[in-house]
Amino acid sequence: MNGEGTEERMKDAGRRIPIPLSPSLGRGSAEGGCGEEKEGVRALHLPRSVPIVAVIPESRTVKTFVLDDAIDAQPGQFIMAWLPGIDEKPFSIAWDNPLTITVAAVGPFTRALHEKQVGDRVGWRGPYGRPYRLDPARPALLVGGGYGAAPLYYLATRACARGLPVTVALGARKADDLIFVGRFEALGVPLILATDDGSLGFQGYVTEAVRASGLLEAQRPAIYACGPEGMLVALHALCMELGLPGQLSVERYMKCGFGLCGQCALDDLLVCTDGPVLTVEQLAGKADFGHFHRTTTGRRLPLGH
Amino acid sequence: MDRTVLRTEDGRRGTEDGTGLEPGTGWSSVLQAPEPDLSVELCGVRLPNPTVLASGILGLSAEVFERVARAGAGAITTKSCSLQPRPGWHNPVIVDWGYGLINAVGLANPGVEVMVEEVRKAKERLRPLGVPIIASIFANSIYDFGTMARYISEARPDLIEVNISCPNLDARFEEMFAASPYVSAQVTRRVKDNTDIPVLVKLSPNVENIAKVAEEVAKAGADGISAINSLGPGLVLDIETAQPVLYNGVGGVSGPAIRPIAVRCVYDICRAVDLPVLAMGGVTTGRDVIEMILVGATAVAIGSAINYRGIGVFAEACDEVAAYMRRHGYRSLDDFRGLALRQRMRSG
Repeated sequence: MNGEGTEERMKDAGRRIPIPLSPSLGRGSAEGGCGEEKEGVRALHLPRSVPIVAVIPESRTVKTFVLDDAIDAQPGQFIMAWLPGIDEKPFSIAWDNPLTITVAAVGPFTRALHEKQVGDRVGWRGPYGRPYRLDPARPALLVGGGYGAAPLYYLATRACARGLPVTVALGARKADDLIFVGRFEALGVPLILATDDGSLGFQGYVTEAVRASGLLEAQRPAIYACGPEGMLVALHALCMELGLPGQLSVERYMKCGFGLCGQCALDDLLVCTDGPVLTVEQLAGKADFGHFHRTTTGRRLPLGH
Repeated sequence: MDRTVLRTEDGRRGTEDGTGLEPGTGWSSVLQAPEPDLSVELCGVRLPNPTVLASGILGLSAEVFERVARAGAGAITTKSCSLQPRPGWHNPVIVDWGYGLINAVGLANPGVEVMVEEVRKAKERLRPLGVPIIASIFANSIYDFGTMARYISEARPDLIEVNISCPNLDARFEEMFAASPYVSAQVTRRVKDNTDIPVLVKLSPNVENIAKVAEEVAKAGADGISAINSLGPGLVLDIETAQPVLYNGVGGVSGPAIRPIAVRCVYDICRAVDLPVLAMGGVTTGRDVIEMILVGATAVAIGSAINYRGIGVFAEACDEVAAYMRRHGYRSLDDFRGLALRQRMRSG
């Protein structure tokens, strides 16, 4: 694990900053299913500790960690990343080979992870959860809020590889918080940018920018989204109103990650195994969606508490 | 008529009429036999089938309970709750180590006040399905077990399971209650004095003589026994960092790897006491359910197996049990419950 290969990849990753997550970086090919569920791929259940080969700052609060490992996964799935003695948390897979996650420093675990340097070890297990399934019959509209952009880049490369028309809409509080813009530009996909303060692109929510673009009516796309729940709720309403298919990646506090502890329950859905990517239909009428989550004790509390 | 001697499916020699059955029955009656009756009565509570969601698995919310019941569980056990909310340990709290699970959740729970509401909600949702709810409780002291019993009884669960056997207690608990037959009996008495709801006491395999604990608990008035809690504690390391995988270090071991021990424990308990037993420990298939019933279990709880078969495990296991019953001509679970106990005693 610590042989020449690692060093080579570290150099490789270093050279390619600021757009290191190009499909050519990894060991394998970027080809691969998205939408077809692969049978018989066994997830790694016992965490494996591997060195970090690159740390890429994305914004003031977000860093990308490239690990010395590869995963057989699909966009939308997640891993549990582990720092022994500290905690273990779910993260969307930002790239499969090398295994990469993009992390915002928002709590004790993510702040500890942000302290880690190249060569330090991070444990991981997975992949878990259900991925996005690309609709071959519709253009793809990918909508990301904040660091939700990361797994959507992984999805965008798969959609482009399939020859689907792809549009990406990204929103954040201000220009500095928009991440992965350069990577999406390098992919050559049309971009809709929105910031709450108007410091870049449309001033307002990304959902409003999407609406204002006229693209929903013009293309009748399938929507794939990852971001804060408020954004997902707005998109859910849009999809319902316009009769568009939507797949929304939902976040909940998780413990086991594989459908046993019940911690991530959203009504009767388990976000870890039924999700994290849930369809508009699955989320319709769910009382918890946009309103409640469960804390570490298992208590159901309003989101934000 | 062809007089060829036939054999029935389980290999018994056929009778003269070729059916292998008692006079008055025939193959047609086997083929058109009523569906085997899988329902059981556990401490006076009727379960549509013997499979029960084990405590600690998916045990937090009424919505999920309903989903598990609709998936085929015959009863639902809640996650153990305590007087005060407990956040539990940091992650990882549960991992699949290859042949089963290891967990140290730290008895995370939202506290009895929240659980009373959840049990009330769950009862409403489960009633139309005919699926009863078992509320699991634990406490830091013998005295508090009584308070917990009184508190949880406000929600009127169908049964109360008293968890005296979690292997992952922190230093304040010093030793699990189930380690001592005497303390186990005291807890049982305390709980019984504080509720009119039937009480199952959940025992630990991590004792010298589980039958002795069962006897004392029975004498103290338990209505039934749940066995076994997870085995251990065990330890799984990450060899790259030499760190334990679980945040807590050690954890309770469950899943297929512990099943033979669980079956032996249930066997010992059923030989020692005349109480209904809710058996659990690595049960994954209908075959495993049958094995538990053969050593005397009344009902059988399933937990870790959801990792291997999803929540469809309850219906699948029931189908497997029904197929076995049809093959053996059993009409109800009573027809083979405890068969292994009797056979062992005959053979000395």
